[in-house]
Amino acid sequence: MRVRVVVYGLLGIAALAAPILVYPVFMAQLLCFAMFACAFNLLLGYTKMLSFGHAAYFGSSAYITGWLVSVHGWGTLAGILAGVAAAMLLGIVIGAIAVRRQGIYFAMITLALAQLVFFICLQADFTGGENGLQGIPRGSIAGIIPLDRDATMYYFVLAIFVAIYLLVRRIVRSPFGHVLEAIRENEPRAISLGYKVDRYKLVAFVLSASIAGLAGSLKALTLSFATLSDVSQGTSGEVILMTLLGGSGTFPGPVVGAGIVLTLQQYLSERVGAWVSVIIGAIFVVCVMVFRRGIVGEIQRRFAGRPPG
Amino acid sequence: MTTVFGVPLPAILGQLMLGLVNGSFYALLSLGLAVIFGLLGIVNFAHGAFYMLGAFAAYIGLQTFGVNYWFALLLAPLLVALLGVVIERLFLRHLYRLDPLYGLLLTFGIALIAEGIMRDQFGASGKSYPVPELLRGVFNLGFMVLPIYRAWVVVASVTVCGVTWFLIERTRLGATLRAATENAQLVQAFGINVPLIVMGTYGAGVALAALAGVLAAPVVQVSPSMGTSLVIVVFAVVVIGGMGSIIGAIVSGLTLGVIEGFTKVIYPEASNIVVFVIMAVVLIWRPAGLFGRE
Repeated sequence: MRVRVVVYGLLGIAALAAPILVYPVFMAQLLCFAMFACAFNLLLGYTKMLSFGHAAYFGSSAYITGWLVSVHGWGTLAGILAGVAAAMLLGIVIGAIAVRRQGIYFAMITLALAQLVFFICLQADFTGGENGLQGIPRGSIAGIIPLDRDATMYYFVLAIFVAIYLLVRRIVRSPFGHVLEAIRENEPRAISLGYKVDRYKLVAFVLSASIAGLAGSLKALTLSFATLSDVSQGTSGEVILMTLLGGSGTFPGPVVGAGIVLTLQQYLSERVGAWVSVIIGAIFVVCVMVFRRGIVGEIQRRFAGRPPG
Repeated sequence: MTTVFGVPLPAILGQLMLGLVNGSFYALLSLGLAVIFGLLGIVNFAHGAFYMLGAFAAYIGLQTFGVNYWFALLLAPLLVALLGVVIERLFLRHLYRLDPLYGLLLTFGIALIAEGIMRDQFGASGKSYPVPELLRGVFNLGFMVLPIYRAWVVVASVTVCGVTWFLIERTRLGATLRAATENAQLVQAFGINVPLIVMGTYGAGVALAALAGVLAAPVVQVSPSMGTSLVIVVFAVVVIGGMGSIIGAIVSGLTLGVIEGFTKVIYPEASNIVVFVIMAVVLIWRPAGLFGRE
């Protein structure tokens, strides 16, 4: 317990001091993806639902927020809320269809429906097609605190990230979360105990989609753009990799994974070109073959001597 | 001139023919996916990558070694299948006892690797592959002109699909295969080398994907990303047909191709989403797919 307090204390100090040491926009972007991965982990780690199309919620929320803020002059907070609402709605529709099947089918269905969303974004007018939305203004928090400065934006994202991280923990450790874990371990048994499994899965799915949407909105504001790559299959793959590499079913895992994958991408894309996708693919292969618990999962197993989760 | 929905009839028939060509590729690819899933229990995300590699094998064969189309039709699937067999031995074999999701994730990684390597070697732009001499030109059917190559793709694909169906459903080898799908341990106890069958099946499924790639090379641009979005459509086709159903894969592949072609005529904007919309409707109406059983 004492170790944990020290670790979290150090992490807190590091998070607060980060903008001095690292480019704050990169740090804010990293937190957005970490939040995205936490949302994804809620499904994969705690309910064993592999959504292969989570970029749909991340990207459409980014578009909605960006469009409302830049074209219609909405306030930043209202824009974020509208983006999250859109992601939530999309999550309800896609989730209701996808939870009808399990396992591998669920993965294929979410992938296909996310591709549908991708094509709609490609052809719709408000998304700016191939160019995407550029120059999205960050605005201010309720007209009081302007977010133009990168460091301010970073602290804004950090505050939301911490709140979401704690929220996800709270969800997983609630009675609701325990039912999810029961579904993960043995779905037929959960059904026979009288739980309406589909309803629990749908709620988890919609929660995850909404948080993914929040992450997308914040990413659009941080970087001031939303593009097709935000809704693409590549982004869906990335968030899977982040969760898998960091350790699905652990709380810090997705955050660690997001940090590593983003840093790697940033570092590699200038140096090796097309090899980025080769390296990402190779990490996938290594994770699946020999490293299924992920980094945090392995650490927890070796040092704490207890199973992850 | 006869028009339907304000579109001249020959244009409609042309689009339907193109749809049938695409449907042939869907059928070949979803057939391979269904065969692999049936025995290995793995959804092969790398299927699009193998399709792309098949097309590239034909392209490289022609450019570098002067191998003509007809030999490529035979050699490219063999080569790519060999690669598939190696991947099965090195990686997939260790995942059969685990959750099938790991197989999906592994093959996704392999697809990324294959695509990245090809993009590094050949760039992202599309290459064109010439239509073989024997199949150039058109049939004039009176009501429409039919390019010979397109007719060939449809005939060849349907034939290959038919032969595959026959092999699996009507021969002794197919019976062994289906028995191994039902109960691998028991089949093994009868002295049949199940791991070898599994390896061969993966190779055969991959060969079908590569064959589709060679057939596609003259009608589409050969590029590293040609399989990426295709595999997602094929997944939808498989969900619609019902995973594991051979007939379902073939019939829904061809039908959806035609529906897609038809959509291109009446409402072009929806042509690349129509398959996904149909998938959603089928899932609401019959969650197990049209040919599947719960």
